[in-house]
Amino acid sequence: MSENTTIVENATCTFCGCVCDDMELTVDLDEKRITKARNACVLGRAWFLEHRHQERPAALIDGREVSVEEAIEEAAQTLVKARFPIIYGLSDTTCEAQRQAVALADFLDGNIDTTTSVCHGPSGIAFQGVGESTATLGEVKNRADLLIYWGGNPAEAHPRHFTRYAVTPKGMFVPNGKKDRTVVLVDVRATPSTPVADIFIKVRPGRDFEVLWALRALVRGKPVDPGIEEVTGVPLATLEDLVERMKNCNFGVLFFGMGLTMTRGRHFNSGALLSLATDLNEFTHFVAKPVRGHGNVTGADNVVSWQTGYPFGVNFNRGYPRFNPGEFTTVDVLARGEADAACIISSDPASNFPRAAIEHLKRIPVITFDPKPTVTSELAHVAFTTATYGINVTGTAYRMDDVPIMLRPAFESPYPSDEELLRAITDRVRELRNG
Amino acid sequence: MLIKLANGTLYDPANGIDGEVRDLYIRDGRIAEPAGDEKVDQEYDLTGKVVMAGAIDLHTHIGGGKVTIARTLLPEDHRGDPMPRSELRRSSCGHVAPGTYYTGYRYAEMGYTAGFEPAVLPANARAAHMEMADIPMIDKGGYAMLGSDDFLLRMMAAGDDQEAINDYVAWTLQATQCIGIKVVNPGGISAFKFNQRSLDLDEEGPHYGQTPREILRRLARAVHELGVTHPLHVHGCNLGVPGNVDTTLRTIAGMEGLPVHLTHIQFHSYGTEGDYGFSSGAAQIAEAVNANPNVSVDVGQILFGQTVTASGDTMQQFANHSHANPSKWVCMDIECDAGCGVVPFRYKDQSFVNALQWAIGLEIFLLVDDPWRVFLTTDHPNGAPFMTYPHLIRLLMDRSFRNDLLATIHPQAQAMTTLASIDREYSLYEIAIMTRAGPARTLGLADYGHLGPGARADITVYTDQPDREAMFERPDYVFKSGELVVRNGEVVKVVWGTTHVTRPEYDRAIEKRLARYFDQYLTMRLDNFTMSDEEITEDGRGSITVHPTQGGSRQ
Ligand code: SF4
Ligand SMILES: [Zn+2]
Repeated sequence: MSENTTIVENATCTFCGCVCDDMELTVDLDEKRITKARNACVLGRAWFLEHRHQERPAALIDGREVSVEEAIEEAAQTLVKARFPIIYGLSDTTCEAQRQAVALADFLDGNIDTTTSVCHGPSGIAFQGVGESTATLGEVKNRADLLIYWGGNPAEAHPRHFTRYAVTPKGMFVPNGKKDRTVVLVDVRATPSTPVADIFIKVRPGRDFEVLWALRALVRGKPVDPGIEEVTGVPLATLEDLVERMKNCNFGVLFFGMGLTMTRGRHFNSGALLSLATDLNEFTHFVAKPVRGHGNVTGADNVVSWQTGYPFGVNFNRGYPRFNPGEFTTVDVLARGEADAACIISSDPASNFPRAAIEHLKRIPVITFDPKPTVTSELAHVAFTTATYGINVTGTAYRMDDVPIMLRPAFESPYPSDEELLRAITDRVRELRNG
Repeated sequence: MLIKLANGTLYDPANGIDGEVRDLYIRDGRIAEPAGDEKVDQEYDLTGKVVMAGAIDLHTHIGGGKVTIARTLLPEDHRGDPMPRSELRRSSCGHVAPGTYYTGYRYAEMGYTAGFEPAVLPANARAAHMEMADIPMIDKGGYAMLGSDDFLLRMMAAGDDQEAINDYVAWTLQATQCIGIKVVNPGGISAFKFNQRSLDLDEEGPHYGQTPREILRRLARAVHELGVTHPLHVHGCNLGVPGNVDTTLRTIAGMEGLPVHLTHIQFHSYGTEGDYGFSSGAAQIAEAVNANPNVSVDVGQILFGQTVTASGDTMQQFANHSHANPSKWVCMDIECDAGCGVVPFRYKDQSFVNALQWAIGLEIFLLVDDPWRVFLTTDHPNGAPFMTYPHLIRLLMDRSFRNDLLATIHPQAQAMTTLASIDREYSLYEIAIMTRAGPARTLGLADYGHLGPGARADITVYTDQPDREAMFERPDYVFKSGELVVRNGEVVKVVWGTTHVTRPEYDRAIEKRLARYFDQYLTMRLDNFTMSDEEITEDGRGSITVHPTQGGSRQ
């Protein structure tokens, strides 16, 4: 470690949707790395400390090193030639870059979609169906005395969720922290999050909807057949007890994760849970909140919505935005073999999409933006190495509860940001199309 | 470059010009007085045209979390109103919760050159400004929302003096990059989090024991003593509740002469008479406004059709959720600041209540004598989307048009309104006051809203037509800072407006106290909460314009 170090206070971790903004980073300016990340959890520490400056070409065309300018030109030409270009990813970049990505999709008459479509897309669809009663994490921290987790495992996915935002912290109206709160965990199996819970309710896989619907009925004073236990694995008495707790708390929260949204029932599950929280407001104050994964996926939903009116899966083929999940969501557009060029921004679909989608990705020119090599960048026609948001790049990220937070970079990167690249490509695309 | 607008008929109330034919000159983005021999580079013949300053909407929900919640909630609403991309313009979507690009283009195409977001939650100020940064064409600004935030209520409960509250209010303006302070259902949004479902003016709120009356007084005093030009912007107690006319009258009396702006007053002017227990309190409200020169209002007119209500008032939005149409709604508590509620709504002319609401709004417009103290709003999108303004202007300017429509609404509502007996028709001069000169004056935008030498050359040119709706729908020209940006009602150049803010002095000691509070209770660091100028200016489109307070200001 060199002598040349600096401390960045109040830096923001963008690794998961908690977007903790209380990092104290010790930065070795000579070696260009972060040597200490105070307040970070294990995931956050890895995110900061493993970020090493690596000598990599700033841009590659078909694996050959080129200048950034050449790559921008090639990217623009490729996209302009395409009849159905798509843009995908965006959850691990700044809102400023997301904004630019929507502009690019718009000027290309292309398609834009984010990782929301493969994680909490069903929650978004449910939201459009039934609305929601919700709250930010600061309200949960200070007011919530009943916390119910459904189909999520924050202990592993969002390690500081329990300690910084929800369970243990002392709040204005829950001054004794965990002692003043009841924690319920609902899942199909015990997870590392289970020990936090006062009550663990084990649901038979694929039966969340039935449990939620029974709870709604009980909340409304409707009878529920004791046979519910056979179907769901949860005794009626357990449900009745939970309903009493829900109706009698001061401020209740239903947090839910992909165990609910991505299993049988999907947006029906999310819709049932949102409706349950809404119904409970006839008795007390009750809110629901999806526990979102990636750093700035919530920002992506916001930016795409305020520009186009729709949160994800947006298509501009007709020159104006259209929204239709299942039609314009990336997995579907690829699996049907429709896209003929793809811009992948800070995401690695080639490692996690269904096979048919990946096969098509291999057939078309792909342009990637990523700080590190990925499976997708390996198959890219044009691959940009980018500066990392929150570590090298300033800007804005939205926490999972729609609260926007600014980013304080630790040191400069030799590589351009997603925003700069996307802006340059957009400008060039406009020249090519208008000129 | 000198531009001459020749022979137009000017309506410029700030300078007392009422329909005089004059030439106007523009140089370097401002209205100029050229030397006698100066060469004119470009000339527009405006013979027979009406010339006004660019219009200013002082209360329109165009940015911040709740607007995007409304956008996201209503995909079905956008589908009927797509806005295609052009070589010049981005694509976007209307209608009741339009996208940011649509918002900017449509406002400009209607001759508006500035819009102010009235409900910036401090914790979401960054979101509000990011969204407004994506609104092209017009200038922007915001009012920071206080009055249900735990910090203020704790201060009041602890007996803090007015000085300390002033510091907190000034700090809030600075941290949120806003130009005014708004209070929404004072104390009520906090009470809602304690599961209370109503809070009257003199009722002590839960936990802190503060009354809305006292919250209003403390905040109005703070705004006044800090020298902020725009008075406290008040969305009062009991919005939408029959009988709230009484609350509103008591609120006015309770201000004890302090300057105050009562927003969307139509929603606060309801009596309880008649078979439906719902009647117009417009005459009493107008009388009180006329009698109290410290009070200004905007109307929040409702117009029939689909819209969406988006408000910080979780308590009243929750109370109205059973009227949601389509049947879905959102309530959200936000970071110990306040909250928001979004409820889609369809106003029907054959509903007694909606029809009477429509009449009440118009009665207020027509019964308030001084156009400098009543502003033209629909509380976009709460009463109707802003695209309806030309229709509303026609209702005010054209009595027979108004009476024809009146004859078609719910018959009992017709019987319960005095509208038919009101002869008043607004003049172009008065419209120019309520949409230009008045808003600029109340906001402290000294070089906006008028056409005198040195003013920003934000200018709208209309063709004088008897159909005022058609006239205001489609200006011939709109100039923004001297550039021609709209021709024949269509955007011909895309520009980016500035963000108007004000920054009263305050004692920095309050920041230490806030830092302790943030560290103990909130989930964000104080340093990250505060918005820097760069966040607005860095992408090359935005800029900040600081307006002085009355009594010195930090730049
Ligand atoms: S909880 Fe998430 S945001 Fe917070 S430090 Fe850990 S990884 Fe980073
Ligand atoms: Zn409003």
